[in-house]
Amino acid sequence: MSAGTHVVHADHAVGHGHGSLRSYLIGFCLSVVLTAIPFWLVMSGALDSRQATALTIMVFAAAQIVVHMIFFLHMSARSENGWTMMALIFTLVIVGITLSGSLWVMYHLNVNMMPGHGMSQMR
Amino acid sequence: MNTRITIAQDSAEVPVFYLVDEHEHAEGASTALGFWIYLMSDCLIFAVLFAIFGVLGGNYAAGPSPKDLFDLPLVAVNTSMLLLSSITYGFAMLTMEKGHIGATQIWLAVTALFGVAFVGIELSEFAHMIHEGATPQRSAFLSSFFTLVGTHGLHVTFGLVWMVTLMVQVAQHGLVEANRRRLMCLSMFWHFLDVIWIGVFTFVYLMGMLR
Repeated sequence: MSAGTHVVHADHAVGHGHGSLRSYLIGFCLSVVLTAIPFWLVMSGALDSRQATALTIMVFAAAQIVVHMIFFLHMSARSENGWTMMALIFTLVIVGITLSGSLWVMYHLNVNMMPGHGMSQMR
Repeated sequence: MNTRITIAQDSAEVPVFYLVDEHEHAEGASTALGFWIYLMSDCLIFAVLFAIFGVLGGNYAAGPSPKDLFDLPLVAVNTSMLLLSSITYGFAMLTMEKGHIGATQIWLAVTALFGVAFVGIELSEFAHMIHEGATPQRSAFLSSFFTLVGTHGLHVTFGLVWMVTLMVQVAQHGLVEANRRRLMCLSMFWHFLDVIWIGVFTFVYLMGMLR
């Protein structure tokens, strides 16, 4: 966090900016597009492969979350001297561990506990 | 020890080993950061609920699957309600910056109406599902679905209670510093709920239809 190096106590009060009309409208338009495309993809079945559709809508969701963070929640590396960004990064790490860990462990548990599965090879 | 203390007291200048004058903290200066950390902890609650849905979302117990239950056009309408409420709350914040009480109240009311529409549509969807026998008790998929989507809906409901409270506060005391700070916290809360909803409509509804 390079922003943390030039900390001045006087700017404690400078918290979150509120953005401008322009930034809210840009964020809103981007969100509408990023919401409409995934819904259209799933409802029309434009992409033949399910996996490709799933992957695409996940990318759109990630992009829209970033758009909301920047244009609506006014995230930047500088707000609160970088501490909001640090809290966000820490949370994202925990969320990543929770989600990937749960899915990974439980998937393998399901596969390995499937009745009848792999019994013939064990003999 | 005693002798040393008396020596220190006797000397003209008492040595002090801590900051006597803490530097100025404006009232509420740390509220935004504190509220942000609360939102991050809320984010963890939702992450766990998403993980549960990810693990159990395919366990239908021979009951209804997402394809039998979900009505995507209705979800799209619901999503647009929440998105519209986000932009109108943005307008409320912009008019608050300019100090227009009336306009701020109107935008807050519009936001609240969109929020009420969102909760209403969600409740009617739940009622329809339960009427068809798709209750939380039916399967692990439905338990995790109602827990995740219901928790989000509950957050929106409490956000609405908060919004009405703040509208009364602004009506009584005007846009004083404390009310501006509270409106800013609710703004973060409201936009945060919209971010969570992106995850819900993508992973629960759209991915559910693809399963």
